[in-house]
Amino acid sequence: MAAAAHKHPNYVLIWFYLAVLTGAELVVALLKVLPRNWLVTALIFLAIWKAMLVALYFMHLKFEPRRLVVTIIAPLPLAVILVLAVLREYAK
Amino acid sequence: MAHAAAPPDAAPAVATHESPAGTLGVYTQKLGMWVFLTSEVMFFTALIGSYIILRWGSATEWPDPTKSLAIGITALNTFILICSSVSMVKAYAAAVHDDQSGLKRWLLTTVVAGATFVGIQFVEYRNLLHEGFTPSSGLFGSTFYAMTGFHGFHVTCGVIAMAYVTLRAFRGKYAGGKYEGIETIGLYWHFVDLVWIILFTIVYLI
Repeated sequence: MAAAAHKHPNYVLIWFYLAVLTGAELVVALLKVLPRNWLVTALIFLAIWKAMLVALYFMHLKFEPRRLVVTIIAPLPLAVILVLAVLREYAK
Repeated sequence: MAHAAAPPDAAPAVATHESPAGTLGVYTQKLGMWVFLTSEVMFFTALIGSYIILRWGSATEWPDPTKSLAIGITALNTFILICSSVSMVKAYAAAVHDDQSGLKRWLLTTVVAGATFVGIQFVEYRNLLHEGFTPSSGLFGSTFYAMTGFHGFHVTCGVIAMAYVTLRAFRGKYAGGKYEGIETIGLYWHFVDLVWIILFTIVYLI
């Protein structure tokens, strides 16, 4: 039956991770104990971690056929290239 | 061929079921939503990319967003949006298991949480405008309102669509395990949450 397409992950656990990671972001951003470069790296790392949790578990990408996942991921390198290519204009 | 042996009175294959040929192994609505979302990725990349480039190349000192923006209320809003994603996914699980009361309850929760997010953002805008921080307040002002504004527009569209889906749920349109519509609107909703996760970090925290 189509309804049993995949098992449900523990959504409440994912919610808990997201809440804790958001708390961690606030601590890192507001206490400002890290040097600027490390602070930015840590915050981007935490944001990508949270985004991955949402995409993999809430949007079920972890359970989709690989060919769909590849189709969806394909534009992401292009998005990065777009930003990096224009950023070079300002490289100091 | 397994299908050739099917009796002539067998139920016809419904287009919404998994794995029809030529749709990457998922039903058509879901594929359509994903194609739309990948184009949305490029839309928000353009906004975020412009912000990074403008900020990097800014000749003047960029204001510290953790000091000039209201982080507390926005952090609360972020948490509300995350909660609404959980209620959305709970609605999906209820639809899959044909739990109609659960479906209605979770969809309603999602609509209320989404509307609360928009309401809080409205109050935030009003406060900022009152303080004299407008889209004309330099690069920071214009990029801030462009990014959060377009995101808020997406949330508003999501709330309207979700209200429509909730209305349909109350009319029993998703009874009998018909979860496809719930999953498709859910994908959009989670994407909007995902974009906010990135925006909150880039606009408010860094």
